[in-house]
Formats: sequence, C-alpha cells, structure tokens
Amino acid sequence: MNAIALEFKKNAVRTVKDLQRRQLVKTALGNFEIARNDKVARFQDWQKARYVAAKLKWEALENLHANIQRLEENLKKNGAIVHWAATAEEARRIVSAIAKEKNARLIVKSKAMTAEEIHLNEALEKEGYEVVETDLGEFIVQLRREPPYHIVFPAMHLTRYEISDLFAQKLGSQPTDKAEELTMIARRVLREKYIKADIGITGANFAVADCGVISITENEGNARLTAALPKVMITLIGIEKVIPKLEDLALFLPMLATAGAAQLISGYNTFYSGPRKNGETDGPQEYHVILLDNGRTELLADPIERDALRCIRCGACLNVCPIYRTIGGHSYGTTYCGPIGAVITPIMRGIEDWQQLSYASSLCGACAEICPVKIILHHHLLKNRKIAATKKPVWWQKIGFKIFSKISTCPTLWSIITKCGRLLQKLHPLVKGSRLDPAYAWTKERDLPPIAPQTFKEWWRSKK
Amino acid sequence: MKVTLFIPCYIDLFYPQVGISIVKIFERLGIEVEALESPACCGQPAYNTGYHDETKEAAIKLMEQLKDAEAVVIPSGSCGAMVKVFYPELFEGTEYEILSKEVSSKCYEFTAFLVNRLGVTDLKATFPHKITFHDGCHGLRELNNKLPPRVLLSKVKGLELIEMKEAETCCGFGGTFSAKFPIISTAMGETKCASALETGAEFIVSCDSSCIMHLQGLITRQNKNIKTIHIAEILAQQ
Repeated sequence: MNAIALEFKKNAVRTVKDLQRRQLVKTALGNFEIARNDKVARFQDWQKARYVAAKLKWEALENLHANIQRLEENLKKNGAIVHWAATAEEARRIVSAIAKEKNARLIVKSKAMTAEEIHLNEALEKEGYEVVETDLGEFIVQLRREPPYHIVFPAMHLTRYEISDLFAQKLGSQPTDKAEELTMIARRVLREKYIKADIGITGANFAVADCGVISITENEGNARLTAALPKVMITLIGIEKVIPKLEDLALFLPMLATAGAAQLISGYNTFYSGPRKNGETDGPQEYHVILLDNGRTELLADPIERDALRCIRCGACLNVCPIYRTIGGHSYGTTYCGPIGAVITPIMRGIEDWQQLSYASSLCGACAEICPVKIILHHHLLKNRKIAATKKPVWWQKIGFKIFSKISTCPTLWSIITKCGRLLQKLHPLVKGSRLDPAYAWTKERDLPPIAPQTFKEWWRSKK
Repeated sequence: MKVTLFIPCYIDLFYPQVGISIVKIFERLGIEVEALESPACCGQPAYNTGYHDETKEAAIKLMEQLKDAEAVVIPSGSCGAMVKVFYPELFEGTEYEILSKEVSSKCYEFTAFLVNRLGVTDLKATFPHKITFHDGCHGLRELNNKLPPRVLLSKVKGLELIEMKEAETCCGFGGTFSAKFPIISTAMGETKCASALETGAEFIVSCDSSCIMHLQGLITRQNKNIKTIHIAEILAQQ
C-alpha cells in the first residue's frame, strides 16, 4: 500500500475513534437534511428539475469548446482580462504576476475550491503576500492552518467553543459561546482587511457564455466586499463551470441553494461582468478571470468519466454520504472530499496514488440519489476500481478471484470447500479475532456466522 | 409458472433457512421451483473490486443456466442488482450483451417478484413481534425496491413495523469494503444498530442476508439486545 493510502487509513481510523466529532458532524448534517428535504419538497418537481439541470450541464460540456470561447469574447467585451491556465502552476503564476505588477501586499479571498485545488494561499504566502480568507468558515480554518472540512461548510467540524478559543488565541478576543458574537469578532477583523486589500480573489459558481458574466453565490456578503473594495479583482474558475445562457441560472441558482445549503435561494447571488465602467462609483478597476483546466480536459476526453464534470460543487453528496459522515473531510487528504472527491481525485491526480478513495465506499448510492445534476457517483467509483485493477492489478486479489471463480462454478469443488470449511471452523475459536485469523479483517470487530450443518444446496439435493 | 431460484453463496453457506423458506412459500403458492446448483456466486465481489475478467466466468455460467428460465428469483437486492443492473454493463459490446439483457429483464429480487410480478401481498404469515426494516442499498437504489417488502410485512399478522430514522442509511457492509476498511464498515454498522435499537424493535428485518451477516456479527460481538432475520423467514411463518 502506498504512503498516501496508508495516511488515508490512519486518518480515517483516527476520526472514526473521535466519537464526539462524529456526533457533531452527524447532528449538523442530520439537521441539514431535514431543512433540505423541506426545500426539495417545494420544487414543483425536483426529479424533473434534476433531469433538466443534468441535461443543461451535459450540453454545456458537449459544447465546452465553443462555450468557453464565447465566454472569453464576451468577458473581454465587458472589459475583463481573460487568462487561460492549463495547470495549477500556471494559475499560481498568473495570480502571482498580477500581484507583483500591482505591488500588492494584502490579498483578500472569498471562498474558492479552485484556489484550494491549486494551493494558492500557500504559494502567495511564500512570496510574502498576506492572504486573508473572508468566508467565515474559511477564515476559521485558515486561522487553524488546516484545509476546509467540507466543500460548502469548511468549519462544520468545530464547536463554537473551539472557535471562541481559537479567536481568543489568534485574535485576542474575549471568549464567548454566542455564534453572533463570534461572527462580529470575525467581521471586525475582516472589514479592516477589505479596506486595506490591494487584490480580491474569488471563485465562481457559474460562468455564462452568452453575456460574459461570472455568477457567485454566497450567504455572507463577503464575496461582494472582496470583489467591490480592492482595486483589482481576480476570479479563478474551473472551465467546467461554463454554461451557455443566462436564463439557465433560473434553474441552477435555486438548485444549488437547495442541494448545497438547504435554502430556496442563497443570500447573495451576484453577477460580475467586468471592471468599473466610466461614470460608475464602485467596483474594481481591473477584473481578471482565470480559466483553470488542471486536468479537466482529460476528464472531458474520457467518455466514461466525463459526466463527473457536471458537478456544481454543491456538496450534497458529502452531506448524505455515510462514509464522509464517519471519516470526516480531512481524512481524504485532498481538496475535494466525499463521493465527488473519490470519483475525480483518482482520475485527476493519479489512480495509483488515489485509488483507495474509490475503494473506500460501500457503493450505497445515497450520493447519486441526491446529486442535483444526476452524476451516478457510485457507478463512477466502480469504474475507477476497474481502471485501478486493470492498470495495476494486485496479484493476490487477481489470483484469489480467479480461484474463487473456479470454485464457484464447479459444484464438486464448492461441495468440498463447504465440507473443509465446516471442519476448519472447529479450529477457528483458537485464532478468532487474532492476527493469525485468516478472517481477521472481519472477526476483529464482528462475529462470523458458522457454516450451516446443512447448506441450502445440500438441503435441495436431499429434497430432490 | 416455474421459478428458477438463485441462492447466493453466503445464503447457501450461512443462512440456508432463507432459501428453504422461499422454496416453501413458492410451493404454498403452487409455483414450481428449480434451484440452481451452480454457480455458487454471481461474481459481485470480483466485479466490485474492479476485476471484470475474473467476474465473467461465473457471470457467463449463471446467465447460461438462466437462458431458458421463465422467471429468475434472487433473495438479495445486492446479488439481484448485480444480475439485473451490472451484468448488462459488464457485457455491453460483447457477444453476451443480448443474453445479459434477457436475463436482466426476467430477474427479480424475491419481494419484488411476489408483489410486482405475482401481485401477491398477503402470505397469511404470522409473526407477533415488533420489527424495524433495513433497506439494503442495492435493493433500494439500484432496484427501486422500497415498497414491496413493506407491503408484504404490512399483511403479516401480529407484526408491528417501526421505521428507524436511518432505515435508508447504508449498514456499512459493502461487500469487500467490509474487509478492506473494517473500521469504517463497523462504525457505520454501529450507527445503524443504534438507530434500530432506538425503535425498541426486537428484530432488524432485511431483504439482504449480507447486511444481516454484518449487523448480526456486530450485535453478537457487542451483546446488543436485538436480533436479525431475513424477510423470507418471516413470510414463511404460519
């Protein structure tokens, strides 16, 4: 097993044993589920909405080449500067070059999974820039120097007491157990930063090709301040976020809000179309849009895996995933956790290093059932497993399955194995649950039922 | 009508009473039953681990046995989904494509066969106990089999079904997953058991003996005050 896989197992086990943390996450997601179901029920026809959303996203991807060119054209018409970044490194270089050119010192950031994906903060900090996350959850995990726990709720694993202690320690605030007061503490710090910041960096939820508009959904107003106050605004967006028409947002915005945040519509949905125009009193003087590929065209070129690109990063699949609920977001060890992360990470970052994410699933399908754009996530996990087993089969598994297949297809062998099993299980108590137990993986924490004195096949033969 | 019964490997070895109950139920309904001798397994463990070539031998043998069957019944949502949903995917574009689709179209999970195909809902069974029902994931989401078991249970005399909060949450078995990631698997099982215990039920009932094997394994080890039983065993009781 490779080092990344070992680390994954180690972290997963650690979270499994942290019962308090698990309960916290479970309760939060349980409450979320009730609220979300309520909002889903308000759709006239949620299943139809899913079908249409999936179709629109699919069509957008089928014509990605044309859509993205149209997006670029229209963004330019609106006065934005468009950059293409094939890799994470290129994207970091582009941001860094802009920051250097502007003599920037302080950069504020609203929530952007793309920035997490390319490890932008670390890179900018290394170059001496101060980078401040303005989304409350991101602000909290940044102070803890840890990655987000969830695509949408980055600090969901923390209690208000932990956050209070963190603020007291890092910001010198008075301890409090009130969420409103904690928010005000963060707000006071952040308002200062917005005013002083030279650059604001945002992610984006959708990019609309036909009018060159970037759509950002949020609930705190922090993305608006990040976009409006600094002189330079940069949006870092994955190319799969392009949709052809503005009217499609009439469906996508409520779906994103419902699936991702249990809201009918999120607090702020803002369209950014370019820098401040002549005569306008606010907005950035320069607007840069970075179109990030970083493995996405490879995913697009793969006829089997490409529909994973429909993902709108709502986090719905994480919320319902019993694995995510059990092992938490940090165990995955990569930017995108939960079912969607287990699907795309092995493809985008290498199947040999990351296949364990695709195997660490009971394939229950709760994710596919809720996904607003109908990505059959658990079937993708199966496909990833096939890729992994084809590319680099594990010899003992391959032989094991071959042998089992021979036994299973030969009645005489099956009969002999049944009888041998019955004899051997008499000795089982000697090793049961110990390392010497061949069924240790099962028996360490569970009992194994005994082979019946008369199996079904034996009964059937005797009956006949 | 004649039914061809495919008893999955773990039912054959560990839970023969499930298969025996089903044979009795069909005989009572006047349906001729033929049980397959071979293969013992549908190939799902290899398939779910990504070894498709190693899956095909058993799958082809099973499909050939079922070629002329009138209707195929599998008392498991999981193995049922393997034959019904994943065989056609496995053999897509091969010489077995048509056969896999034919077999798929006449294959039923046990409770779905009774309710959807035969239209039988009342088996005149008696089971005077409080139970809670665990939806096996494959039965629930691959085969859309939420209602048939509940319809059948609702007609059982003396039976009281108390739904648990986590009825639709995976129990954590997941085939080879349970051995590859035992700690995650058993933690999920504990969540499921806790939810079942909350209802005060005496039994966790399921259409899937594989989930039952995992849950009962935990219950026995941890001395929990609840039992497990396959739905066929309840429906056969008179």
